[in-house]
Amino acid sequence: MSMVFAPCLTETTAPTTHAQPAWSPYDNNGGTCVAIAGEDYCVIAADTRMSTGFSILIRNYSKIHQITEKSVLASSGFQADIRALQKNLDARHQIYQHQHNKQMSCPAMAQLLSNTLYYKRFFPYYAFNVLGGLDNEGRGCVYSYDAVGSYERSGYSSQGTGMQLIMPVLDNQLKSASPLVLPLQKSTTPLSEFEAVDLVKDTFASAAERDIYTGDAVEIVIINREGVRRELMDLKRD
Amino acid sequence: MFRNQYDNDVTTWSPQGRLHQVEYAMEAVKQGSATVGLKNSDTYAILLALKRSTSELSAHQKKIIPLDSHVGMSIAGLTADARILSRYMRNECTNEHYAHDQPLPINRLVTRMGLKMQTSTQRYDRRPYGVGLLIAGFDSKGPHVYQTCPSANYFDCKAMSIGARSQSARTYLEKNLDKFANCTLNELVRHGLLALRECLPNDMELNSKNVSLAIVGKDHPFTVYDDQKVEQFLALITEAERKGKSSGPSEQDRVMETEP
Repeated sequence: MSMVFAPCLTETTAPTTHAQPAWSPYDNNGGTCVAIAGEDYCVIAADTRMSTGFSILIRNYSKIHQITEKSVLASSGFQADIRALQKNLDARHQIYQHQHNKQMSCPAMAQLLSNTLYYKRFFPYYAFNVLGGLDNEGRGCVYSYDAVGSYERSGYSSQGTGMQLIMPVLDNQLKSASPLVLPLQKSTTPLSEFEAVDLVKDTFASAAERDIYTGDAVEIVIINREGVRRELMDLKRD
Repeated sequence: MFRNQYDNDVTTWSPQGRLHQVEYAMEAVKQGSATVGLKNSDTYAILLALKRSTSELSAHQKKIIPLDSHVGMSIAGLTADARILSRYMRNECTNEHYAHDQPLPINRLVTRMGLKMQTSTQRYDRRPYGVGLLIAGFDSKGPHVYQTCPSANYFDCKAMSIGARSQSARTYLEKNLDKFANCTLNELVRHGLLALRECLPNDMELNSKNVSLAIVGKDHPFTVYDDQKVEQFLALITEAERKGKSSGPSEQDRVMETEP
């Protein structure tokens, strides 16, 4: 009688498979983001297509958000999470400005973004971010993130559905020697601002050819010491 | 005001129906240095404050605190209490942007302030906030100037002054009230400075070290002007007009007073 409730250790049961959930809290709205850091400028670009499944929802949705005077965030992934993340960072930046009487620097914002993402380590923001801007010395900086906040400063980066089409091209054009090789080379590209913008346009046009989630238009934001400037270039709409 | 047996804590009513602790808290506001707030009918609200410094070695105490790009306040009384309130107000403003994507309307901000301040007039373990505020803001309904008291009362004002010797400023403001509605920004600042100088102690005059000015309005986010930046506004009044009335009016002053 006492054995009725005891687990039988000798028997093996067939492993139960987890049922496919009927509903997911996430959706991927597609899109691609790119950023390139220059000597005294930073170019941040993202396409303007928002999709779901195989359908297009919006052809002119901006994935780029300017958080401070000198930092611009471009994110692809789940746009609802991304919007919430942007609002969160805006609120935190307002508080920072009240307490410090100045705007956050780009490296400071980079760390804040990382901490904000990790805060939701066990229910992450489905956001693949690229943060671009000018650092405290006025040099271009680009930070790229995974969904839970692991980040690294680099000379260029891309994220999103077109990342694997674009990244090799950027590597080919912009890659500098490893930071482990001495003498240390600058990670920012020697390209001029105009050439960097041209490169971005070319890469997006190429990505739009093969990635179904990238297209319609590419929004390009350029930050330099004069301020912030925007360009919009049409892409294939198919 | 004499000590009596009903003033030991804020939860005791006096037989006359007064809360003496709250009234004592209002006295703290009168100890703070003066501040003036005024607005015109549709575009600007401004705050002016007389900064005090405890010694020649230290900086003048900050009197004006920005809360959001459309609203800010000047304080008279316990500065530490004012900071707590400003932290609360800034939080409310930030939350409004986050949740509703709009600037917090001033009357709602002040109502929340009133509710927060009232709790400390009805608990045995807390004391009233010992600070009076002049809140200046601009929202969809135009420019506003509000006054709050430690009693948790708040008042929508056309113009107001609180702090030490502020009665003289209030008199000036009452005399010139009709003019404010149609003032340009510079005229408003000039009136504010003339009101503020009424509150000066003996032998002091308005200068860039002790005057703090803040302007908020249509297309003009709340901006505080101190030190160098306030000089351009001090230039709107003459040298003679910078002196307080207790320093004795000069011939020039008498002429100025009769001008509109």
